[in-house]
Amino acid sequence: MSVRARSPRLPALALTRWRASGRSLGDGLLFGLCVAAALLAVLTLVEVAYQVITGSQDALSKFGLGFIWHSTWSPPFSQYGAGVFVYGTLISSAMAMLLAMPIGVSIGIFLALLAPAKLRAVIGPLVELLAAVPSVIIGLWGLIVLAPFVQKIEPGLNSALGFIPLFGAPQTTGASVFTGGLVLTIMIVPIIASLSRDLFLTVPGELQDGAAALGATRWEVIRGVVLPTTASGVIAASVLGLGRALGEAIAVTQVIGNANEIHANLFAPGDTLASRLANLFPGTDPLFHSALFYLALVLLVIGLITNLFAQWLGRRFDVGGQVLR
Amino acid sequence: MSNRLATEPLFDPAAPLVASGNLRRRELTSRVAAGSATAGAVLAIGVLGVVVYTVIKRGGGQLSFGFLTKTPPLFGGSGGGIAPEIVGTLVIVALATVIAAPLGVLVALYLTEFSGPRGGSVIRSALDLMQGLPSIIVAVFIFGLLVAGHPQSGYAGAAALAIIMLPLIARSSQEVILLVPSNLREAAEALGVGQWRTILGVVLPAALSGIVTGVLLAVARAAGETAPMLVLSSIFPINQFLVNPFSHQAIPNIPFFIFNLSEQPDPASLTRAWGAALVLLAMILIANFAARILLARSRRKLGR
Repeated sequence: MSVRARSPRLPALALTRWRASGRSLGDGLLFGLCVAAALLAVLTLVEVAYQVITGSQDALSKFGLGFIWHSTWSPPFSQYGAGVFVYGTLISSAMAMLLAMPIGVSIGIFLALLAPAKLRAVIGPLVELLAAVPSVIIGLWGLIVLAPFVQKIEPGLNSALGFIPLFGAPQTTGASVFTGGLVLTIMIVPIIASLSRDLFLTVPGELQDGAAALGATRWEVIRGVVLPTTASGVIAASVLGLGRALGEAIAVTQVIGNANEIHANLFAPGDTLASRLANLFPGTDPLFHSALFYLALVLLVIGLITNLFAQWLGRRFDVGGQVLR
Repeated sequence: MSNRLATEPLFDPAAPLVASGNLRRRELTSRVAAGSATAGAVLAIGVLGVVVYTVIKRGGGQLSFGFLTKTPPLFGGSGGGIAPEIVGTLVIVALATVIAAPLGVLVALYLTEFSGPRGGSVIRSALDLMQGLPSIIVAVFIFGLLVAGHPQSGYAGAAALAIIMLPLIARSSQEVILLVPSNLREAAEALGVGQWRTILGVVLPAALSGIVTGVLLAVARAAGETAPMLVLSSIFPINQFLVNPFSHQAIPNIPFFIFNLSEQPDPASLTRAWGAALVLLAMILIANFAARILLARSRRKLGR
């Protein structure tokens, strides 16, 4: 009896017991609504996965897993592969993360540890406002202002760093993977900056004061105390930024050139999964449509892995876990 | 050896307190590091400044009463405004808010009032994943669910925006509800008030301005989302006021309009795109400022 009292199996029994416990109908109603809303959230996620998988059924059975690395995308011949776009997605997002991580973390350091309180109260919100600028406006700016600028600096970068294949011959337009990466950097710097600022603020003052009392300089306190205690949280924040970069469709599609090609040269045009989806959806024939859903599936899987990795990192790290969630 | 120790103490109390070369080097490193962190912040603010400046400089000339109240010319060219797009964006975002705000608050209540540790962590994890979903995936999902086989529609766009808003609202509401002092709850309980009336009559009103802050920030985020509009509400007559999101017809909206204009070759379209960008940016910044003011108020109210 006591066991059953703790976990009543039959709904009717549960209801009787619960009435006996003196709770009102209102309590039950509110509880039911809250549970339903929470379940709906989970259900939506499951439904997203289900829709994307069923949508890609045709392409999945025709091309199999080879679709992911096959680099032919040719609607006239009904041949589809995501290779070009997987490459473009990874290289542009990797570039964005490599650039955004040091910038974002240094903004975090500045806001949490260096700036005077008044300055912090002004600059912190401004950085967050940068995150609020819609991607289509960043993309418009990237297309009209940034791309011509990139075109101008390409020859310089090529002559200085041309021995690295990434900085190859300059192109005739500024629409390139490089510009796409820069636009993504602008979009994820504020995310990394505000998360890492919050992380740095959680580092106990006693630890920092202790290091300072031992004669450590400002930078030594940051390098020796602040960064090591928050390292996994900072990486989690960067991975969250990476996740955002991987899935960005609009701003990227405006500046990346939408070329169905793989180049080592960052200055050449390319394309990403999200950008190709945004450009071609919903496609012209059933197989095309299905191949686009397959692109969405690949993107969804990459995105989920990235997000789960960030969650796992955040959870490993206690204080950061609280900040990051 | 012992002789040397005896005659020459390791630390000379009479030595002048001057930094050694080593310390000077360390101080320099510290300065350089602090300087580059500051430079990073300046760079970010600079980019924000340049983006906002460009939008204002290129779009500002467009801004007039007519731009906000007239319809755009159907076949390009200058003149006219973007009124149908403004109205359409407001309609779609309003519908999305009506869907997402109550659900988000209920999920937050589930997390704060009802869930055990395990149920809570599952829901929190689901919210994180939902927030991490690329908006183009949300758009493709809603397309498969509501649009495949039908025409595009405003409610499909609103549904996608609601999915984007839900985790933001749930997360921020959860945080404010947790800030509500427990003695308020206890006082209600001591008066014999039931749980649901405590929640609706005490907890939610105390957290209200914080919840509204979260909703406003989510609205600001949703208003600029372009990918869902591109997939779900992009084939619209640019010069007609369509305000019924439940008619089976795409609703004009600013984000897609900007996207579309940015790919047009003629300069008049581009100018209009900058004007529309300025209007959208202003709407979003106003929502953000309002949210910030409310947040400060709710912090004061909840004693934080």
